[in-house]
Amino acid sequence: MSLLATPRDAGYRSGPDGARNGAGRGIRRGEAVAGWLFMLPVLVILGVFLLVPVLMALWVSFSDWSGRGSPLSSGVGFVGLDNYAAVTTGGGLAERDFGIALRNNAWYVLLVVPLQTALALFLAVLVNRAVLRGRGVFRTAFYFPSVTSSVAITVLWLFLFSTSGVVNTVLARVGIAGPNWFNDPSGVLHNLLGALGLRTGPDALTQHGFLGVTWWDWLAGPSVAMSAFVLMAIFTTSGTFMLLFLAGLQNIGPEVEEAAMVDGANAWQRFWRITLPQLRPTLFTVLTLGLIGCWQVFDQIYTGTQGGPGKTTLTPAYLSYQSAFLSQDWGQGAAIAFILFVIIVLLTILQRWILRERPDVPRRSRRGRPNPRPNPSGNPDRTTEADR
Amino acid sequence: MTRPISRHLAGAGAVLVAGALVLTGCGGSGFADGPAAQDDAAADSLTSSDDPLSILIGSSGDAETDAVTEAVAAWSEESGVEAEVQVASDLPQQLSQGFAAGSPPDLFYLAPEAIAGYADNGSLQAYGDLLANKDDFYPSLVENFTVDDTFYCAPKDFSTLGLVINTQLWADAGLTDADVPTTWDELAAVAKTLTTDDQVGLSFGAEYQRVGTFMAQAGGGLVVDGAPVADSAGSVEGLEYVQSHLEDGTFAYAADVGAGWGGEALGKGLAAMVIEGNWVTGALTNDFPDVEYTVAELPAGPAGPGTLQFTNCWGMAADSPNQEAALSLVEHLTSTEQQLAFSEAFGPMPSIESAAADWTSANPDLTAFLDGAAYAQFPPNWAGATDVITDLNSQLESLKTGDVATILGTAQSNLEAIAE
Repeated sequence: MSLLATPRDAGYRSGPDGARNGAGRGIRRGEAVAGWLFMLPVLVILGVFLLVPVLMALWVSFSDWSGRGSPLSSGVGFVGLDNYAAVTTGGGLAERDFGIALRNNAWYVLLVVPLQTALALFLAVLVNRAVLRGRGVFRTAFYFPSVTSSVAITVLWLFLFSTSGVVNTVLARVGIAGPNWFNDPSGVLHNLLGALGLRTGPDALTQHGFLGVTWWDWLAGPSVAMSAFVLMAIFTTSGTFMLLFLAGLQNIGPEVEEAAMVDGANAWQRFWRITLPQLRPTLFTVLTLGLIGCWQVFDQIYTGTQGGPGKTTLTPAYLSYQSAFLSQDWGQGAAIAFILFVIIVLLTILQRWILRERPDVPRRSRRGRPNPRPNPSGNPDRTTEADR
Repeated sequence: MTRPISRHLAGAGAVLVAGALVLTGCGGSGFADGPAAQDDAAADSLTSSDDPLSILIGSSGDAETDAVTEAVAAWSEESGVEAEVQVASDLPQQLSQGFAAGSPPDLFYLAPEAIAGYADNGSLQAYGDLLANKDDFYPSLVENFTVDDTFYCAPKDFSTLGLVINTQLWADAGLTDADVPTTWDELAAVAKTLTTDDQVGLSFGAEYQRVGTFMAQAGGGLVVDGAPVADSAGSVEGLEYVQSHLEDGTFAYAADVGAGWGGEALGKGLAAMVIEGNWVTGALTNDFPDVEYTVAELPAGPAGPGTLQFTNCWGMAADSPNQEAALSLVEHLTSTEQQLAFSEAFGPMPSIESAAADWTSANPDLTAFLDGAAYAQFPPNWAGATDVITDLNSQLESLKTGDVATILGTAQSNLEAIAE
């Protein structure tokens, strides 16, 4: 649980303004009731459409509900962790499917999150430059894929990446025989190793595994089909995150940058040492949203491949749907959804810990002189030293 | 910026939890009053009321929708019971929602692989034994819809797989009617003759639902007579035959020649022969009207002829308030006359033996499909069988480089895990 504690140690502890907790006494007494009244519609809507369904799903994941009638009716029994056990330690098809889905999605996240973040940042920096002509046009163009329906884009992608589609035609022009994209279940890393002559893994990897999938298969990399989805995710979402970065960039005052120029920093140094550190809050938002979105990928799979070829585009979100609606294993479907939830939360905490505000003593000593002004990102890491 | 937000979030969270407790309180009691739980699925007595019927179908296209709508409207007029046909965009999902909410459609298309799951949770009304025309259905179709010795629902129609041949490409290769293959050796020979740089001899989808015919012809299959036989000698021999010809390039999966399915491969001239079912006729007429084809029975393997059959039934909901009317509608929809009309409209074969003669005279070119009914196997209809077949299919995609014994061994252990 040190993960939980660390960010707070690093400067998120609430400060001395706890005194405001006292509001609501005396002359302002009636405000609380009015406040609750104003919030009631939202609370009711959130409760009915969000919280109650989530709690019911949580109950289903611990029950033997079979999909008929209400999960809260008397015939439904509590089965403890049976559903969770079936997909994590059952040893059967359910466990292997879950392992495969996690494998696929982990590779997807590993590729999409860094690439889309980097591309979004790159686009934002480009579009943010004052000298660029027609900035509005570029902004709109980059953002356009994000406002298009993901179903439409998926269908477009299926056409582009079909065996005799545009992508393969273009590749053929330059002398490359393109793969059979959405029908190719082979892992990209396995293919690379295969090209180097390594076609079967060492026994240490093929004889042992996790969640019914051998280590060798965990290392298969995304399949060629999944790679096409990776490209699509980067293409569609980098526009959205470009907007977030753009907003972040426009919040940064020009003074610090100018000061750095006076100090003789070149453009590359200014980006890494001045701009990027100030974008840290935005970066955290983008990475978190990207992480969550990537682990929940569903609609592309549902419209595009339904988990094929060779189950290599199966994701936990789609597997959850499949177990519940198609196989009538409602408990397992809900259990998968909650395991996915835990994975996302843990990864977000981990990422928050990695991106935490570190005490900036090392930075100061590196520069050999104090910062030109208090931390410009506006984060309260000044309180750090006082807290200690 | 972090501190105020986190405090607000904490406050909002507390409020939400409090609100949710209140809401689940009242929501819970509402739900608990829901549908009377767990009727006896095998009850002889059907419900009866004046409620209109709703029928949910997963349609292959306008032709099917119109034909079913017309047939239901005709029955409605005759019987005086209102009935409405709805086309599902995602049938399994909409059915599941209906069952969960306690308001399912009265009648619906139901696939054999889904029947065990719905039968187990009591969603289905078993009415097979109440049908007036019960003995007219093909016995193998009845077996498809029998779970725990209960005949649940009436097969609405069926299809089998046959060998569909592009006559133009056949003649171009110098082959005649006498060359139509009847054994594996002959199939291999003509496939080799027909394979050129631009086309393969035989193509089919990379799935058990096509490749399984070879397993059947060699005496194997997935489930035969209620026992899993996925790793039997016959199954292995069937897959090895396919594997050897995928390797020498005379057979190819439809996806590998750049087609979505066998019919497309045939229509585009990418394959001279394909293994497809009755539905191929409608698709070829619509998409490739200029392509001429003939249909032959699949060649026999070492253990004799073998094919697969596919069917759906008219499922009836246990929660339906008007089951007697629904039963009468099913009898109307599965009558000889009505099934022949459906067959003419959208292709499948009637599920009753008394319609066979009329169907044969109406479709002299397609008799190979109906002949297959005599020896067809069907995919297992056990609960969980869909997952097993999906898993098998995912491995069949790489059959060319895979190990047959491993693939079938996995399928066998998966089947044994769900065996009844």
